Parts: sequence; structure tokens; C-alpha cells
Amino acid sequence: MDYIIQQVINAIQLGSIYGLIALGYSLVYGVLSMMNFAHGDLFMLGAFFCLLLEKIIPLPLWLALLLTMLVIGCLGALLERLAYRPIRHAPKVSAIITSLGCGLILENITLAMSPYPRHMPTLFQNSIFHFHGITISSLQIIVIGISLLLMILLDVMIRCTTLGMVIRALAWNRLMVSLLGIPANRIISFTFALGAALGAAAGLLYALTYPVVSSSMGIAIGWKAFIAAVIGGIGNMRGALLGAFILGSTEVMSITMLPSTYRDLIAYSLLLIILIFKPYGILGEPPTQKI
Amino acid sequence: MIRLLDEFRCHFAMLRKHTIGLTRIFHTDHLRRSGSQMDTALISKSSSGSMDSYSRRQTSSLALPHQPSRPPRHDQYEISGLTSFYLVVLGGCSSFVIPELCSNYITCILITLAINAILCVSLNLINGYMGEFSVGHAAFMAIGAYGSAIITVKILPLIPFSLSSFLTFPLMVVAGGLLAALVGIPLALLSFKTRGDYLAIITLAFLMIVKSALENISYVGGPRGFLGIPPLTTLPWVYFWAVVTFWIMRHFIHSKWGRSIIAIREDEIAAEAMGVSTRSAKMMTFVISSFFAGIAGGLFAHQIQFINPSSFDILRSTNILVMVYLGGVASLSGSLVGAGVFTILYQILQPLGVWRMVTMPLLLVLLMIFRPRGIMGYQEWSCFKLKE
Amino acid sequence: MDFTPEKQSPILEVSLLNKNFGGMRTIIDLSFELAPKECLGIIGPNGAGKTTLFNLLSGIIRPSSGKILWFHQEIQKKSSSEIVHLGIARTFQNIRLFKQLSVLENIRIAYDIHLTYTPLQALLRTALTREEEKKSAQAAMELLDVFSITSLAHQPAGSLSYGDQRRLEIARALALHPRLLLLDEPAAGMNESEMYQLVELLQWIQKKFHVSMLLIEHHMAFINGLCDRTLVLDFGTLIAQGTLEEIRHDRRVIEAYLGEAVT
Repeated sequence: MDYIIQQVINAIQLGSIYGLIALGYSLVYGVLSMMNFAHGDLFMLGAFFCLLLEKIIPLPLWLALLLTMLVIGCLGALLERLAYRPIRHAPKVSAIITSLGCGLILENITLAMSPYPRHMPTLFQNSIFHFHGITISSLQIIVIGISLLLMILLDVMIRCTTLGMVIRALAWNRLMVSLLGIPANRIISFTFALGAALGAAAGLLYALTYPVVSSSMGIAIGWKAFIAAVIGGIGNMRGALLGAFILGSTEVMSITMLPSTYRDLIAYSLLLIILIFKPYGILGEPPTQKI
Repeated sequence: MIRLLDEFRCHFAMLRKHTIGLTRIFHTDHLRRSGSQMDTALISKSSSGSMDSYSRRQTSSLALPHQPSRPPRHDQYEISGLTSFYLVVLGGCSSFVIPELCSNYITCILITLAINAILCVSLNLINGYMGEFSVGHAAFMAIGAYGSAIITVKILPLIPFSLSSFLTFPLMVVAGGLLAALVGIPLALLSFKTRGDYLAIITLAFLMIVKSALENISYVGGPRGFLGIPPLTTLPWVYFWAVVTFWIMRHFIHSKWGRSIIAIREDEIAAEAMGVSTRSAKMMTFVISSFFAGIAGGLFAHQIQFINPSSFDILRSTNILVMVYLGGVASLSGSLVGAGVFTILYQILQPLGVWRMVTMPLLLVLLMIFRPRGIMGYQEWSCFKLKE
Repeated sequence: MDFTPEKQSPILEVSLLNKNFGGMRTIIDLSFELAPKECLGIIGPNGAGKTTLFNLLSGIIRPSSGKILWFHQEIQKKSSSEIVHLGIARTFQNIRLFKQLSVLENIRIAYDIHLTYTPLQALLRTALTREEEKKSAQAAMELLDVFSITSLAHQPAGSLSYGDQRRLEIARALALHPRLLLLDEPAAGMNESEMYQLVELLQWIQKKFHVSMLLIEHHMAFINGLCDRTLVLDFGTLIAQGTLEEIRHDRRVIEAYLGEAVT
């Protein structure tokens, strides 16, 4: 029983990191209906940036988090401006290819500059609590806490503020939003920045939990979160979280039962199986097509 | 049926006369005469067809305004067909000569080029002609490579009598291709229900699954890779396979299934409403495409003699994508151009080291922004067309 | 009208057809019959479910309940392309040509359903394949001739004028050699003279190709010139049927178009 609870906590921890990244995918998909494959690499850059930051000046966690989110957020907006905006009206295939290309560019630049995985310094004293046979570390509490906080903030922003309303409106009809005099481009840039910032925060939290940072993280972890977003129904915030926790728990289960090399195999198989039965994800809806 | 058509044509011509001025009619009278001669000439040449020459003549004499004669393209095509045949033979001869005359390096590049061309044209079938998006092409290549390598290294030695590799090598390559085609079937089934973004994700997941499955199978060496494959891929062989690929692809896209997938790209619902069985068209496309990717994989394995799962990662898929979108979508000539330019560029960029891996995706992004159709998009050299 | 449905056995029978989109009932208990060589007009205010009916008949969507019998064979569960093979072809309200392809290619894609070569024969391009391909190209050209758009054969379909696109779409549907042609607002966006040309064209087609027709149209003159009978739909139900003269005086039809009479 204790063992199960322990694993549940692990699953929640992994799931909340996936969830943060998946939210970024979903946000961007929501406003532009495009799959931003480069998002996983923004997550990886978040981890790298934080590492760099701590190497230069050791900052407290909250400040490092804010700075990372800010810088990577700007990078996300820049990416949108340079690569995605020129092809916004091109066929969907172009968007997929461009984002895939951007992701690989970011990954390989990082690889070229830092060919070997690096070790992440600890940002705070990690203490471990025991009660009733369950161990929980302060790291886990912080990771889950920060993720939950960010998710709640995002949810409040999307649902209760004017900005959130505009973002939701963009998902429905981009042209109409522009016609109403709202600077759609600026909002789209902001959404990209927001998604990237969430990804960067996840990168930081991931690097704290598993303190090895490498350029392949974007594909290894970032794309897993992408699976989560797709499983849940991409474009749907709640779906992204649902997918993240499903994926998190599946992975934790598979790690306890099978060699860790099967991790990718299981995650991607899960995606395929779910897409076979629900081609647009669990909470997603098929795009309507006028005949 | 034909007489009816003619009758109608007559009827319609009369209708048009009400609306069109007299001067136009005079003008067309002149045009018509020249057109009719050409038409009858054409007809007497080709006796088959659903129309007898009697009605054809009648047609021409009732031809409508601004109706030119059919473009007399037949002869052009025949010449270019013959020329391309000579070119193929010439290429075949030189594929035997080049390894003797030129350095190993040049031969090696040419082999890579031919393999790339096969890969490119097979991916172009899905991405260019059918307008779907597959990122999983490296997976088919991997299956072809591993399949043929297993047969060469593990199964052939079990046969008590020895066979010349001249006989067995094409069979092994075909076996790899068939294996890849077999795996292409479930992917095709998935493409019935999903398209666009989601199909891209499915192919991506498929690539990841194949890669990590290979990493977990110790029979083929797991992550360390598969060693000791004999170097059977020679320039004449790859040349032969490339020619076969282009020959079959050309036939396919000029058949009704080829037109079907082009129709699916343009408008899937309209295609269905025109009686296109989208399922069988998609199935054939995926099977043919994955078959040739598998062939390329087999040739690749026997060229570099060592394969490991990470040589078939997303970057490999991206490279094939670069070739397709550089050369030109929905174009066989484009595939050849793309593979050529890419292979040479890849060699030129060799000194960049790791940074070369940045340039290829960058090239892809720039292509998407500035010329998404590629060099030869939707166009074709006449030697890749078919006479009708 | 000399038309009597009882005499001939109908080729198409629709019985108690229903289609719900979520909670919305777009087609409600619709039943009608179509006799051979008949031309049936369908009119009704916007949102009456006319196009939905066409989508159901052509297999693009499946009905929630009810039956569609085509030569006494149930077709409501068949896919779009299967229905085309059975002989029902359609055009679309918002023209759906393959816009980037040439006019000739558009026709040839439709004509392809008559080609019989197998995949293997296609890949090896045997004599049969070549023969059939040649025939199909010729037949396509002839059809273009009929519609007097031969000169445009190698133009991309999307570059044609609106009227030519409509005509091409009808030509494309005819290349399937259908026994029933579903025409969804064929005269939309046409001017008066183009429209009369189209009426004559369709009359001719109907007579000579022996096709039945179902057509949705808003122009009464168009319906008048072509149709033997007319159905009036409103909110998914059949509110009247008969000759144009009959339905013109039908109280429910007047209500549907003009609103209820104030007492």
C-alpha cells in the first residue's frame, strides 16, 4: 500500500512536469492550430539557461525561475516572429515542417556548444520527510507546488481576464478578432511567450529533479509531453493535464515493472493506441469541415 | 453514346450562337478548318478509342468558338522517351565504368546519391503527391536495413549450399523492402481515420517506436548496432534500383491510383464523390512508399556495413524531408534534383562538423518560408512524363 | 403533368430518413420517391436541410435512422465512393473542383472509375493499361468538347470563370456515367443568360444520357424549366410536393417562405 502511494507521488511529480510542457503545446495549438514541435527544445533551453545562470551567479530558486521564464519566453516570441509568422497562411504541412526544423536547429546548436551532458547544481537544501512509511522530499513538494501554482495561475488567466478571453477568442476565429481591433499578432506572440515560459519552468523543475541536462532532453522529455498533449486532445488545457498525468503514471508503472529502456516504447505505443480509438485525443474534438 | 455527345455538341453550339456575335463566328470558321484537318489526321493514326472516325469528323465540323486543336504533343513525348531510354543505358554503362576510373570517394558519394534519390522519391509519394505528412520515413528505412541485414548475416549462412551474392543480394534487398511494406500497412490503416497534424504525430510515434524497439532487441545488437554486414552495395546495383524505383513510380503516378492520390491531396471529399476509393489509394501509396524506403534501407545497410538504431532517428527523416522540399514536391525530377543537391551539399558542409546538423534543419525552415514548393515543385522534366 | 409515380417502379426510395447533429434534427422523417428519368426539384428556405439531404444521399454523412433504397438496395451505410460506383453522382454547392489540377485531369479522375487494370498492371504499365489510359484521355477530351471547354483543357480548373467551373463540375459528374445526378444549386452565381443555357444543357443531358436528376435551386424559373415535380423542405420536414403550380398555392409553403398569416 505504502509502495503504491509512493509511486502515486512519483507519478504526480512526473505528470506535473509533463503537464507544464503540455500546456505550452496546447496553448499554441489553441491560438494558431499548429503543432509547435520546437516547444520541447524550448523546455531543454530552459534547463540549460538555468544551469548557465547558476554557474555564473548562484541565485535563489524563485529568482532563477522568474528569470528563466522571462528569457525563454522572449525566445519563444522571437521564434514565432522569425519562423512561424511568415508561414502562418501557408498550408499546415509547412508549419509542421518549420517547427520540426526549428526544434532541430535549437537542439543541434545546443549540442554543438555543449556536446556532453552537464550536471545541474542543487539550488536548495533537499530534506526528506518520512511519515507512515512514505518518503517525500522537499524537492518533490516544491516541484509539485510550483507546477500546480503555475497551472492555477494560467487557468485563472485564461478564464477570468480579458487577455484570456482574447486568447480563447483567437482559438475560434483569428480573422474576427483582428477585425474587432484587437492586435492579434501581439496576442499570438504573447501566447507563444507564455507557452515557452511554462516550458522553461518545466525545464528548470526537471533539471532539479533529475540533475543531468543534455541537448537531447528536448526530444526525450519534451516530445513525451507532446504525447501527453495529444493524448488529452491538443488545444484543450484540461486535456493536456489529463494526458500528462496518464502518461506520468504509465511511465512510473512501466519503470517499476520493465527495464528503463522500454520507456519510450511504452509511451509512444500508448499514444498510438489512444489515437487508434480516439483519433483526436480523449477530450479533443474532430475539426469540423464544411461540405 | 458518342452520337449523343455530338448531337449535344451541335445543340450547344447553336445555343452559343445566340449569344456570340457574328464576327466571332466568322473568326472561328477559319480556325475550325485548320483544326479539323489535324483532328482527322490524328484519328486516322489511332484507330482505337471510343470514337469512330465518322463522328469525329462531324465533331470537328461543328466545333465551337475558340476551340483549338488538341496540342500535338505525341511526337515530342516519343522522342523524349527514347532519349531517356538512351540516357538510362548510358548511365548503366557508366555505373560499371566509374568505380574503375574514379576514386572510392566519388563512387561512395554516387551510391549515397542514388540511395537518397530512392528515399526522396518514395517520401515524395506521400508528402508531395498525396499531400499527407509523414515524418516516419526513417523507420521504414530502418526496417528494410535491419531486415535485409538479418537475412544476409544470420539466415544465409544457415543455408547448406552457397549462393553467389549476385543472385541473393537483390532478393535480400527485396525482402527488406517487403518487410517495410508490411509494416507500412498498419500505418496506412491509421491514415484512413486521421490526417494532417495527427497523421504527422502518428508517423512520428511510429518512428520512435521502431527506433526504441530496435534498441531493445538484442538479437540485432540493441543500441550497439548491427555489425558485420558484407559490402554488397555497388554502384551498378544502386543504379539499377534507382532506375527501377523511378520507372515504377512514374507508372504509378500516371495510373488511376496516382491520379487518385493527387485528387485526395486537392480535396478528399470531392475525390470520394468522384468514386475514388480513398482507402485503397492510401493503402497502395503507403505500401509502395514504404517498400522503396525499405529497399533504400537495405542498400544503405550493405553500403556502410554497420547500422545502429540511432542512424534512423528523426534527423534522418528530416534529411529526407529536406531533399523532398528542396528538390520539389510532387515531382520525380524534383526528387532527383533534391537528392543530388542535398548529397553534394552534405559533402561540402562536411568541415562544419556538428554544425552541419544545424544547417540542414535551417535550410528546411528557409525553404518553407521562401520557396515551399522547392526547385521543381509540381513540374516535371519531359523524360519523367508518360505519353498518353 | 403526365407523370404518374405508381406506374413505374421508383429507382430511389427514401423512407423515414432522420439526421441529427447533436441535438439538432436537420432531417425529420423524410420520405420520397424518384422515378426513372424523373427530374425532381428540391426547394426550401435556408437551413431547411437540402444540402444535408444531398450529403446523406451521396454517402458523405450517415443518416441517424431511416432507409435509402437505390434500385431496392439499401445504400445508407455505404461510403461515398461506393455510392458513386452504384451510379449516383453529385456536384457541390460551393464548387469543389481540384483547383490546382488541369480541367482535363479533373475529368480524368472521374473517368477513372471505368478503368479496370489492376495495381500490378499499373505499375508495370502493360498494354492493357496503356490502352485504357489512352481511351480515358480521349473520352475526357470528348466530354470537354461537349461542354465546349476543350480550349481550356490544360488550364488549372481554379482559373476558370465561375460559370465554366460550374459546367466543369457537371461535366466531371457526368464522366462517372451516373444514373442519378444530384445537383446542388447549379445556377448559383450565374447570370440570366448563363442560367438559361444551363437549363437547356441539363434538359439535353437528361434526355440523352437517360439520367434522373435531383436538384436544389433557388431560382424558380430554373426549377420550372427542368423539373417534373418539386419537393419543399422546411426545417427538415417535407411540407409539400407536386408540380410547381401545385406547391405555389400550398398554404404551408407560403407560410414557410413568408411567415404565418396574421389573423
